[in-house]
Amino acid sequence: MTKTELHQLAVDMVSKLLHRRTGQALSADRHWRIDTALETVLRHRGIRSSEDLIVLLTEPGDSGFKEELVEALLNNETYFYRDRQVFDHLAAEVLPAMAREKGASRRLTIWSAGCSTGQEPLTMAMILLDQGECWKGWDIDILATDVSGSAIATARRGVYSNFEIQRGLAVGQMLTHFEEGAAGWRASDRLREMIRFERRNLLEGPPSGAKFDLILCRNLLLYLDAGARRVACGTLQSALAPHGRLLLGGGETVLEHSEMFRPVKGGCGLYKLTGERLAEPARRTA
Amino acid sequence: MKTCLIVDDSRVIRKVSRHIVETLGMSAEEADNGRTALDHCRASMPDVILLDWNMPVMSGIEFINALRASPEGRKPKVVFCTTEYDPGHIREAIAAGADEYVMKPFDQETLQLKFELIGMA
Ligand SMILES: C[S@@+](CC[C@H](N)C(=O)[O-])C[C@H]1O[C@@H](n2cnc3c(N)ncnc32)[C@H](O)[C@@H]1O
Repeated sequence: MTKTELHQLAVDMVSKLLHRRTGQALSADRHWRIDTALETVLRHRGIRSSEDLIVLLTEPGDSGFKEELVEALLNNETYFYRDRQVFDHLAAEVLPAMAREKGASRRLTIWSAGCSTGQEPLTMAMILLDQGECWKGWDIDILATDVSGSAIATARRGVYSNFEIQRGLAVGQMLTHFEEGAAGWRASDRLREMIRFERRNLLEGPPSGAKFDLILCRNLLLYLDAGARRVACGTLQSALAPHGRLLLGGGETVLEHSEMFRPVKGGCGLYKLTGERLAEPARRTA
Repeated sequence: MKTCLIVDDSRVIRKVSRHIVETLGMSAEEADNGRTALDHCRASMPDVILLDWNMPVMSGIEFINALRASPEGRKPKVVFCTTEYDPGHIREAIAAGADEYVMKPFDQETLQLKFELIGMA
């Protein structure tokens, strides 16, 4: 085998590893990302040849090397209030509707699936805190998960640089909900207490426990191939409460799984369970 | 077209900001300290002001205090854009009438998101 062939083999193995672990398929024109990621991780580990790399990739189990490689390949891009109109819509329309629907139990469960470094669940927590009175006495549980261990570790720390904190966040909210310290801007204890962070792969099924009234799965499905998307949608479907809502990222849809989800009219990327419509008596007689 | 007055004593920062502001579809004007910015505002009031803190002749905070003292000076949105990061400074700026606050260094997206927040993008 020539050097180029060995390199190509290594790239293919990494691409398969990424797919196996996360469901992400890198098309051939995105294979440069593998080269970039490999360069960083290999330099860090002192690995010089494609042979050595292939040996490591073929070893059973994982000494942390494969994980490091996969994490280097994940796109963790996120910021506070990403797509602000969507969060404005949640705050003005969706959450008040949910407050009415769930008024009897006064319990609200939210899941941020693919939360990256925590800005998305923190945005939800800030919205709920800022709505104050409306949620007084409610039992609110926000679960935030990501397949990336390093992203979850950052999210748990809840400390953001000047650059990160001001991306999308209004200065008033920054002063209200974060404290400035030597390491950066730290989310207040009130915010942190609202969120449970867990490392979790969306392809490995729903979290145990109660179902969710609202699931945010934004800017994640677009990276998955068709097979993995189906599995991920299955996870989301079984985790969603009967009247729950699923929120996707801008430009994402689950329309190809209309047997599972239907879009909410005028809902900025919101979906509900398809089965729910069949259960509505008015529809049955119509 | 909305107008943005960029107030900064650094020519480089003014150039970078001008590029971003123009990319966002606004026209840009420049001033190199608070005094010249005040003169500019008296002649023609911009829609937004991007304001540095530390400048010779007249600082950003002195400028905004003077600007907000007159009724027409309450109209423009003011976004501080500075290397002062501590909450004390930020609170002082907000109390003086600033609408938003950007900590340098910043990029186009950050500024765009801040402009969206104040209804300017
Ligand atoms: C681009 S970020 C989006 C973050 C946030 N939801 C947002 O919209 O700003 C996508 C995140 O999905 C995570 N991810 C990718 N595949 C995943 C999987 N199979 N299970 C869980 N998380 C996954 C990545 O680690 C990354 O942090």
